[in-house]
Amino acid sequence: MYEELAASRTRRTVTATARLMRALHLDGMLLSGLAAVGFFGLFVLYSAAGDNTVLWFSQVARFGIGVAVMIAIAQVPDHFIRMVAPIAFVLGLVLLLLVAVAGDVGKGAQRWLDIGIIRFQPSEIMKLAVPMMCAWYLHQRPLPPSLPNVAAVLAMILIPVLLIAGQPDLGTALLVAAAGLLVLVLGGLPWTYLLGGVVAAGAAVPLVWSLLHDYQRQRVLTLLDPQSDALGAGYHIIQSQIAIGSGGVFGKGWTNGSQAQLEFLPERSTDFIFAVIGEELGLLGLLALLAGYLFIVGRSLYMAAQCRDAFTRLLSGSIALTFFVYVFVNAGMVTGLLPVVGVPLPLVSYGGTSLVTLMAGFGMLMSLYSGRKLLGS
Amino acid sequence: MRRVRIKDENLEQRIFLQRSLVAAAIVAAMLLLLAGRAFWLQVLRHDHYAELSQGNRSRLEPLPPNRGIIYDRAGRVIAENTPAYQLELVREQAGDLDTILAQLTHFGLLERDDLARVRQLVLSRRSFEAVPIRLQLDDELIARFAVHRHELQGVSLETRMARHYPYGAIGAHALGYVGTISEDDVTRLDKAHYFGIGVVGKTGIERAYEDDLLGSGGHREVLVNAEGRSVELTDAKTGQLRSRQPQAGRDLRLTLDIELQRVAEEAMAGRRGAVVAIDPSNGDVLVLASLPSFDPNGFARGISRRDYLALTEDPDQPLFNRVLRGTYPPGSTIKPIMALAGLEYQVIRPEDKVFCPGHFSLPHSRHRFRDWKREGHGTVDMRNAVMQSCDVYFYRLANTLGIDRIHDIMTRIGFGAPTGIDIGGERGGIMPSPEWKKAAFSGHEQQVWFPGETVILGIGQGYWAATPLQLATATALLAMRGRHYRPRLVRALVDPVTGAVEERAPQLLPPIELKDQANWEVIVDAMVAVTSGPHGTAVRASRGAAYSIAGKTGTAQVFTVGQTEKYDEKKVAERLRDHALFVAFAPAEAPKLVIAVLVENGGHGSSAAAPIARSVFDAYLARGAG
Repeated sequence: MYEELAASRTRRTVTATARLMRALHLDGMLLSGLAAVGFFGLFVLYSAAGDNTVLWFSQVARFGIGVAVMIAIAQVPDHFIRMVAPIAFVLGLVLLLLVAVAGDVGKGAQRWLDIGIIRFQPSEIMKLAVPMMCAWYLHQRPLPPSLPNVAAVLAMILIPVLLIAGQPDLGTALLVAAAGLLVLVLGGLPWTYLLGGVVAAGAAVPLVWSLLHDYQRQRVLTLLDPQSDALGAGYHIIQSQIAIGSGGVFGKGWTNGSQAQLEFLPERSTDFIFAVIGEELGLLGLLALLAGYLFIVGRSLYMAAQCRDAFTRLLSGSIALTFFVYVFVNAGMVTGLLPVVGVPLPLVSYGGTSLVTLMAGFGMLMSLYSGRKLLGS
Repeated sequence: MRRVRIKDENLEQRIFLQRSLVAAAIVAAMLLLLAGRAFWLQVLRHDHYAELSQGNRSRLEPLPPNRGIIYDRAGRVIAENTPAYQLELVREQAGDLDTILAQLTHFGLLERDDLARVRQLVLSRRSFEAVPIRLQLDDELIARFAVHRHELQGVSLETRMARHYPYGAIGAHALGYVGTISEDDVTRLDKAHYFGIGVVGKTGIERAYEDDLLGSGGHREVLVNAEGRSVELTDAKTGQLRSRQPQAGRDLRLTLDIELQRVAEEAMAGRRGAVVAIDPSNGDVLVLASLPSFDPNGFARGISRRDYLALTEDPDQPLFNRVLRGTYPPGSTIKPIMALAGLEYQVIRPEDKVFCPGHFSLPHSRHRFRDWKREGHGTVDMRNAVMQSCDVYFYRLANTLGIDRIHDIMTRIGFGAPTGIDIGGERGGIMPSPEWKKAAFSGHEQQVWFPGETVILGIGQGYWAATPLQLATATALLAMRGRHYRPRLVRALVDPVTGAVEERAPQLLPPIELKDQANWEVIVDAMVAVTSGPHGTAVRASRGAAYSIAGKTGTAQVFTVGQTEKYDEKKVAERLRDHALFVAFAPAEAPKLVIAVLVENGGHGSSAAAPIARSVFDAYLARGAG
């Protein structure tokens, strides 16, 4: 008797939560995945930040802001998102141009725009504006896209990407390009084009090489042979691999990573936090994190597949997969599979702007997904 | 939404689904790649990276052991470890380096000449390391630093243990000294044992007993961060750090009597020479003095180049250990042993009389071997010959014995070979023989052994060269009537922690057995006559002694006097004057102490050397001590 009562009370609570979720256009499963990885991230960051508790609390605050932004954007109707897509894109483009002309120089790169109240990076807007624009453009045209349409979309991608890469911010440029291209691929870009693109990209390597900055070239060279410059450019890669490798299966224990705590590991709370996890929590910690990411990407893709039209599908699919690109580029860099590119580990690395953008993306995904449900009901 | 549609919703959805599945497959594959990479790093290559990580995070810091303390035979400390004060500078705390160095110079805490060297030294170390910039501060400098301390940020007064010899120059040649490890030392030392230790025994006991005195160094592993700065972390992180406690070196108990040593050195003050005093009953060396001496403390605390050059360029050679390494013609001091050889080989009897006209010639030769007493000693028997040190008697005796027998007995007594004392650097001297001459010279004519060369061995001249230590051990053998011990400076080694004592037993050497043991007394009696007989050469120095002394004076030629000239002390430059020698033991009937004294260019053994021996005997025997 009592047990049944308790069970029914539990059921009622669940239903109440579900109702609240639906009212707020939120997806419970995705939210759980994000929360799990997010809390894991804060847990690790507490250790990586060391004595710097201010840093940790400010990241907690940013999570708060990120969640608020996500919930807010989830309330925006999907057609409104589609409507503002070209506006956001054009606005972003204008701001990028402004940065190129009048931006602040921070850490040797011109990325920031000071608009009096806050300083922000317009390239962050483009992480969402570019896929929105591409999805908006393809949404109105039959799919799979024709060659002129593909060309037009490529132009929409290339212009902002080149502007961002020129700041120079290779990491963000890469992510923006990935977001746009993923829309194209999900929209049905013929495999032959895709293949041709890859071949063309391969052929363009020497050209790109000549356009790269010295430090960027150095990073690629260093990846190929980290020991060649063990105390210079190779230092990051060598130290992060030592950190991960020395962690073993079970890790050295939370806050006990000597590589991280004794400052051998550079950028331990930002770009190289993946190595801190590997060192302190071991292989098990890394697998748990990767499983969390897999869940988020899987759920996001599932949600995208449920969407009611091309725009929502393409945009949400792109958001889901771009998220994974983040993960792979960062983890690949830290484990020594990819060159060092300044891409943070999503939901874990310390850093405000990219976290907020990320959460905004998931808010958008939830909005697009809940649009399907409204139509269905 | 009212646009013209040529769109096929179903087709588009199918394409999307298909692409999503491909994408999901690629995502899964890439995640597997990452997981595989993590597996490779963390499982397959774990040991490799764990080692690299350990090497990264820790650094070994040495914990140097305390060097063993050295005590004399009465338990007086003669080498110890005391704190020495030095100034150390930490660059990152000091602000501008040139400013602080200028200030230090201004306050007189740094020499202007040292400025460039110190600046370079500081810059060669890491900014957070404490670099010693001025060693061995005296009280005045310490006080001066204390006054200006607040103006000298980043500079601190630190103490470290340094070797200290409380008796300074007294006994320095026996003790030796420790000094900064040089490049030469590095080649002979096991570097692992000298981790964090800057000094090593260079000479004397400090060197010979280096392994015992050193102890074994400890170390502790300290956590360091990427800059190499040591950091303190919680216990959880220090759990795997290794450390080893240092083990102090063993203390030494010497045979040396530092107060007796002081008496000897003071008696010898202002002269060059050597004094050795040995307990003949066990070989204990109570005095080992080589003068002039030097202050070993200078070496222990880092001697300046100028001071070192002053020592090495001094014509009196204060660093030269005359006791062990100075080889001199033994002169008349070997006459008692020569007499003993004559008795042993039965070529002469004690009562046989020899007429001494003041010179001796070999048959068919006009060359005159002159006696020190121009007019001669007249008719002398063995006792008189020893007492008055008649040269002619011993020219004749040596000639009768022949070189082979002389060489044989003198070698058995210990001439021509190191005594085997327990500190290094000893020389064996030369006990000449025809074989030796053949090996020593290359020219055919020079290799020939002439009868005249045998004759002058009778009075301890010629090629014969002996160290003062050899003279002392040979005399000890007479004192003990044939029993003799290897001389030694260390009696026991003591573990300072457990208190365990390792006694070193006296080393008895194969005794000399005479065909007639009574002959020992003949010789001893003659030696007593030297100090108490009517014409004894050492009578003046022995007058008033409360004990009987058996001794023999000696005068070793440095300068060869021509056949017709008369040796005139006053005319010969000081450096060319004869060396004065005296060997003795007392009390003659039950010897407690054997002494050998050599005064370089001292003139006569009776006037220069014997009084020194007397003051040492007095100091030792008056105590009634043994």
